[in-house]
Amino acid sequence: MDNFSVYLERILEGLPATLWATGGGIALTIVISLLAGLGLLSPSRIVRGLVRVYVEGFRGSSEVVQLFFFAVALAIFFGLPWNQTAQGLLLIGIIVLGLNHGAYGAEIVRGAVQSVPKEQLEGAVALNFTPVQRMWRIILPQAVVEMLPPFNNLFIQLLKGTALLSFITVPEMFQKADELRAVPAFSRDLWLIYLILLVFYMVLAVLITVVMRWLETLAARRVGRSVPSRERALARGAAA
Amino acid sequence: MDKWNWDRFLDAWPYVLDGLWVTIQFTVLGSIVAYVLGLIFAIIRQLRIPVVDQVLWGFIEFVRSTPLLVQVFFLYWVIRPEVLQGVDSDTQKILVGTFALGVHYACYTSEVYRAGIEAVPKGQWEAATALSLPRSRVWTGVVLPQAIPRVLPALGNYTIAMFKEVPLLSAISVFDIVYQVKTEYAASQGGAGPEAWAAAGLTFLALSYPCAILVRRLERRVGTV
Repeated sequence: MDNFSVYLERILEGLPATLWATGGGIALTIVISLLAGLGLLSPSRIVRGLVRVYVEGFRGSSEVVQLFFFAVALAIFFGLPWNQTAQGLLLIGIIVLGLNHGAYGAEIVRGAVQSVPKEQLEGAVALNFTPVQRMWRIILPQAVVEMLPPFNNLFIQLLKGTALLSFITVPEMFQKADELRAVPAFSRDLWLIYLILLVFYMVLAVLITVVMRWLETLAARRVGRSVPSRERALARGAAA
Repeated sequence: MDKWNWDRFLDAWPYVLDGLWVTIQFTVLGSIVAYVLGLIFAIIRQLRIPVVDQVLWGFIEFVRSTPLLVQVFFLYWVIRPEVLQGVDSDTQKILVGTFALGVHYACYTSEVYRAGIEAVPKGQWEAATALSLPRSRVWTGVVLPQAIPRVLPALGNYTIAMFKEVPLLSAISVFDIVYQVKTEYAASQGGAGPEAWAAAGLTFLALSYPCAILVRRLERRVGTV
């Protein structure tokens, strides 16, 4: 227990990389989910087919494999030697987290858009809204309310996925904490080191949930609904 | 060096298939633990025993909110030396890997069972009480036979998800697909390139995609919870 502050400091050294990976991964996930989700609803068969290949490809192959693949493939195919530096590897990690979770998010967006009652679209057509206005002003504001709870789960999955970046030696929290295992003097306190680490992840997960619940309230109020109260405050299910 | 070498792609397959067998074994063992333990969790929570209920809820939320990889390391480096002394190292890895996957996913499947149990109409419980069926018969004869078919698709989805998370166990030297490519194949070829990782990814896809389609079909038949 004497070395508590040493452990804490070491884990905090990895916190920035974990936060960047989580934040960057979430941002990329949102963008990809919206694009791919709308792509799945495209009237063009070619677009739907291509997006479907992306979604099933990334959902079906393992995230760890994707990390290793991108870590070598980006340098070889595109001449981007990102796997040489810690920042570059973090960037690869963010890209893989975004692509992987974006594939799950696309299905969430598709489902939410399809759950908006058809009359809403018909009303917008009757009022002479352009297709972009229909989507942006009528459909999406209602669909977003449906999307936020499953996205909450997805983002927590993503947060947990940042620990996998240690496989490609990104200096994130788990990597930094696990380095302590090699120090014989600390081996007796291994339980404490991992426990602090787990608590850090737990706190980050709760933070994600708090922010998402707040956004849910805002989004619901915007379309004149109130959020049904849920007893569960934390993760509600994995995006399987 | 050329960008893509088909020989290296073909050379990767023996390693990938070796690892696939181990990956499948862990998926099956982990799923069995997750299905059984999840059901036990769900029944215990349904009984609403004070304190036990809150503790189990806290445990489930904690496990679900933290990375499986850290949990694997906790079990392997903290719990294993205490509990599994004298057991040979292969058995240790199987036990730790199965337990880690099983407990992690049990925390998800318990929610699935809970939803399935709650979907059983209240009248069924009342009828069972009116017939003064013993408590165990109510569960085994009335509630579970109605709840379990409806949760099968969701359980299947978690098995597919688990299959794709077995590679985490390569970090404790379980000889799964990723370990085979990263260590054995890489040693024979002087490093693992995109060809080997593509072969690994395609293997996961070739198995998980058909399974996902089967689960979706099952979902349409029995409905979702």
